[in-house]
Amino acid sequence: MKTLHPPYTLGHIEEGTPCCVPQPHLRVQDLSVRYGTKTVLSQVSLDIYKGCITALIGPSGCGKTSFISTLNKLIELNDHAEVSGRIEFDGQDLLRDPIDELRLRRRVGMIFQKPNPFPLSIWRNLDLPLKEHGVRDRQLRGQKIEQALRDVGLWDEVSDRLDSSALALSGGQQQRLCIARALVLEPEILLMDEPCSALDPLASAVVEELILRLRGRYTVVIVTHNLAQARRVANYAAFFWMTERVGKLIEFGRCQHLFESPGHELTAAYISGARG
Amino acid sequence: MADRLFSTFVFASAALVVSLMLWVLADVVIEGTAHFSWHFLFAEPADAGRAGGIGSILVSTLWILLIALLVALPLGLGVAIWLAEFTGKPSRFAPFPARNTGMTLDILAGVPSIVYGLFGNAFFSIYLGLGFSILSGGLTLACMILPVFIRTCESGLRAVNDDWRRGALALGMTQTAAIWHILLPAARPAIIAGLVLGIGRATAETAALIFTSGYVDRMPGSLLDSGRALAVHIYDLSMNVTGGDGAAYASALVLVVLIIVLNTLAQSLVDSWFKRRLAA
Repeated sequence: MKTLHPPYTLGHIEEGTPCCVPQPHLRVQDLSVRYGTKTVLSQVSLDIYKGCITALIGPSGCGKTSFISTLNKLIELNDHAEVSGRIEFDGQDLLRDPIDELRLRRRVGMIFQKPNPFPLSIWRNLDLPLKEHGVRDRQLRGQKIEQALRDVGLWDEVSDRLDSSALALSGGQQQRLCIARALVLEPEILLMDEPCSALDPLASAVVEELILRLRGRYTVVIVTHNLAQARRVANYAAFFWMTERVGKLIEFGRCQHLFESPGHELTAAYISGARG
Repeated sequence: MADRLFSTFVFASAALVVSLMLWVLADVVIEGTAHFSWHFLFAEPADAGRAGGIGSILVSTLWILLIALLVALPLGLGVAIWLAEFTGKPSRFAPFPARNTGMTLDILAGVPSIVYGLFGNAFFSIYLGLGFSILSGGLTLACMILPVFIRTCESGLRAVNDDWRRGALALGMTQTAAIWHILLPAARPAIIAGLVLGIGRATAETAALIFTSGYVDRMPGSLLDSGRALAVHIYDLSMNVTGGDGAAYASALVLVVLIIVLNTLAQSLVDSWFKRRLAA
């Protein structure tokens, strides 16, 4: 992993310690999400710190996925979604200011629960987004693609069959390809929606290790149902819970702190496995 | 016992239908080859089609088809993309133009071709002043194959994995790029199926062409000339011309071969075009 290009590097971060620079990359204030008349997320305020991994934990249906979809505005795909509040990114309010969404999504990448490589060759999966973002130089694209594939540890596995279909890869390889596809655009933030839950334990461990290596270089927001995983990878953790069918943020803080001495009885109950 | 009965029924149905098809095909091939020659393929018809060949008729047929496909293909894909990608899920809550377009297309797909012929005659030939011409005929055929082509492509696009749509947008790709580079190639089988259905229907069409591209069996000088399509020629020879059966059979043979050739061609063309998009 020495070959990583360092545009957003904040310096190496020791495992288990919080970020050296707790500087907000995204500031979310009073965020509420409604689908039609149904409120799924109410009044969430939290800071996403630069170069850190923030884990969102909590039971299914409490609005975690809705939350991260607001951060790259992908939630707008749902016609009925109404988002209110403030999301501050780079001096702009994502919800109110005019935002170039294509540029935003280049800077804020997203990884989905189910690996979704395009039905194209491995090479073209990474080449297409680069081309779409105006990287005309073929050689430069080649360098970036190789770098991204090396970053996710896929280069040695696929370098001899870059022209074969990405769909022929195993689940874990597909998910790493999807991460490479996001990384090739040199994003600042990566949103991950349960990136390991569709993978077998071995592939899951490989992806988790990869996520750990991203720490310090990218800001990562990861939704996970695997508490042990959250504990292993995250610097910060946010616990969501549903009260009266509305998702709310119950507790947010340093991951270690949240797991070792939770400040709310719901958190304590959830992480000890008593509920949810 | 019931199981036995059922499988007997299934196999018997298949055998019955296939043998009927083979019978028709064999009849056309046997009777057709008797009258067929290379001269027949290229010569102009003479003596109302009893003598000579089908040179001018083949040319008219290909022109009519070309016009129909050139018009129907882009237009049909456009409408299919609009329906599948821009109007949301089909439901009674769908926006009003989408709901009505879908329903209208389904009804139009079932309208008998003679109705298209009358419409084409009234609209293209008379109202637009194109007269009895290859252009009128081609445009009428385009109208006729559009509904099925659109619906086939639309369902193909709708069947494309939604994860790819979200994935493309999450990478900051435009919707246009997602459609062009990912969704259309992924919907390739449906697009080819729609094309094959369309070509088959258009090539074998008689009723819609009698009133639009007309009867004249001369070599067409321009797209505004009348031209007789192959299917119209077969109809005329077998219904109105005594002693034209041999030529009718040979023409039918040519028609069958033409459809097979065109379908294979269209399929491999579309396939290779999309394959290049997927790999390049």
